[in-house]
Amino acid sequence: MASVPKPDELAKIDHKPPKTGWMDTPVKFRRGTWLYAAKPKYLEAIGFPNPREWSPEDEDWKLPPNWKEIILEGLRERLGRFRSLQLFMDTCVRCGACADKCHFFIGSGDPKNMPVLRAELLRSVYRRDFTAAGKIMGKLVGARDLTVDVLKEWFYYFYQCTQCRRCSLFCPFGIDTAEITLLTRELLNLVGCNVDWVMGPVANCYRTGNHLGLEPHAYRDMVEFCVDEIENVTGIRVEPTFNRKGAEILFITPSGDVFADPGIYTMMGYLILFHEIGLDYTLSTYASEGGNFGSFTSHEMMKRLNAKMYAEAKRLGVKWILGGECGHMWRVIHQYMDTMNGPADFLEEPVSPITGTKFENAKSTKMVHICEFTADLIKHGKLKLDPRRNDHLKVTFHDSCNPSRAMGLLEEPRYIIKNVCNHFYEMPENTIREQTFCCGSGGGLNADENMEMRLRGGFPRANAVKYVHEKYGVNMLACICAIDRAVLPPLMEYWVPGVRVTGVHELVGNALVMEGEQERTTDLRGNPLLGMDDDKNA
Amino acid sequence: MALVNLGGIEIEVDEDGFIQDPDKWNEAVAKALAQTEGIEDLTPDHWKVINYLRQYYLEFGIAPMIRKLCKETGFSLKQIYDLFPSGPAKGACKIAGLPKPTGCV
Repeated sequence: MASVPKPDELAKIDHKPPKTGWMDTPVKFRRGTWLYAAKPKYLEAIGFPNPREWSPEDEDWKLPPNWKEIILEGLRERLGRFRSLQLFMDTCVRCGACADKCHFFIGSGDPKNMPVLRAELLRSVYRRDFTAAGKIMGKLVGARDLTVDVLKEWFYYFYQCTQCRRCSLFCPFGIDTAEITLLTRELLNLVGCNVDWVMGPVANCYRTGNHLGLEPHAYRDMVEFCVDEIENVTGIRVEPTFNRKGAEILFITPSGDVFADPGIYTMMGYLILFHEIGLDYTLSTYASEGGNFGSFTSHEMMKRLNAKMYAEAKRLGVKWILGGECGHMWRVIHQYMDTMNGPADFLEEPVSPITGTKFENAKSTKMVHICEFTADLIKHGKLKLDPRRNDHLKVTFHDSCNPSRAMGLLEEPRYIIKNVCNHFYEMPENTIREQTFCCGSGGGLNADENMEMRLRGGFPRANAVKYVHEKYGVNMLACICAIDRAVLPPLMEYWVPGVRVTGVHELVGNALVMEGEQERTTDLRGNPLLGMDDDKNA
Repeated sequence: MALVNLGGIEIEVDEDGFIQDPDKWNEAVAKALAQTEGIEDLTPDHWKVINYLRQYYLEFGIAPMIRKLCKETGFSLKQIYDLFPSGPAKGACKIAGLPKPTGCV
């Protein structure tokens, strides 16, 4: 694995473009800035084309002989199928409003990371083969032939987009770069050019129901470990159930919350909350993944992976689905599910069994975000909270890209944090809410071999955290996405040491006063609460 | 994928040196993998971690959660890093012959 430069070296970002024009500047695969090729076993597991051993560093990518026809035919088919793509190919006027909005352009200085130019990598081929002007005038009108070098360039730069859609927010035409990225990755899939970090989780999820490939007994063992840990801290044994038919609600969260640090503390927060309000819910060892890495590779795969949530809800006979702190899951649910696998008319319109609130916005998808659910509980005074139990933390909130830009979930997490923490500080306004800066590792880019690019892409986010760290002493970065919880810790360690990462429901779990609990001396991580050290010494 | 000689047998490893067939793992392979991680001698403390990882993997098909690993072996995360400088996943799991976890991790 490539070594990562020191922060002061990496922070010297050169935004001067190369001397050669962009069409004449071939891509260089520099270690630390790209992802490993997908292993054949993963492609075979899901029936994707051209499984083989290869590496992006190789000269020969072992493409099928007719690869060019395959791609152009794939593009033709998609232009017909997705009117959005046709529109995005035709409408861009290259105004440049998006250029400096991309975290990868800010952090790398590479002009091909300007969203306009990234899209142009595809658009130039579209123009050459699908427009009259391009067919006749070629390069004069920005058209170029599809060559192996172009394909390599697509692979490199469309896996340097996290599908965060910050650029789209500033585009006067609303061009959705995430869709362009997804569709270009689809084209790459047709000839077997995909990355291991996406196809591994996709194949796992297809087989076991979650990205990690946890089998039912492993999933259960991990949740039960969380139950033990909760008992150590609170003295109360919570009792989650698995695959229980007839439960009112099915709860689905990313498998990262069950397995990975610090996600497991967020998981504990959910379990504590559900116990305390007496929720009639079940976990599923089959629908054991909120995330959908399918949405990082193709519409078809996104649909296939999303379907299991609803199939399981139907099988168990629940009324509706409650979804955990996941990022891109909510883009899939909120913007695709209804026309992809919906309408889920076998479920009921979600109503909180505790407050009676109807979640009107989830009327069609039947799936409610845990932050809406919890904020509603707090609003109705249903939770006894002691925010002093988070007094050792100075918290800021990173709006995870998809809940913010794809579903407008901006107030609920803040409302919760302000009720469970006494010390909350916002980052500068052009870096939060709809304008939030990506963690730099979404979209399936969170593999270790891509670390330099991740640290570059995460630089604008880290910079905003550094601001509140220095100004207010912020030491905890809250978020509502499992990729965030996995990737922000190394990002913070690199750019802003001293800031740790938490899910919002970990903070809820700390503050929630449970009936019959023992006096809490530590938070869910086992760190002493403020003042507790002194008490012990007294 | 590269074929390398580890502890006297030919084994397939991925780009980061993780073995691809966990069934081929044995103590000699572990020692050879440790060398690739810059660990010259595997002490009883190393083996305590490796054996726990191995046992958990055989039962559950995945590595244990890091917090569970610490609890069950009695080592703090810092001690695990002292033993395996690349950390529990990239160091200890690799030597124990476990595959890399993927997804939101």
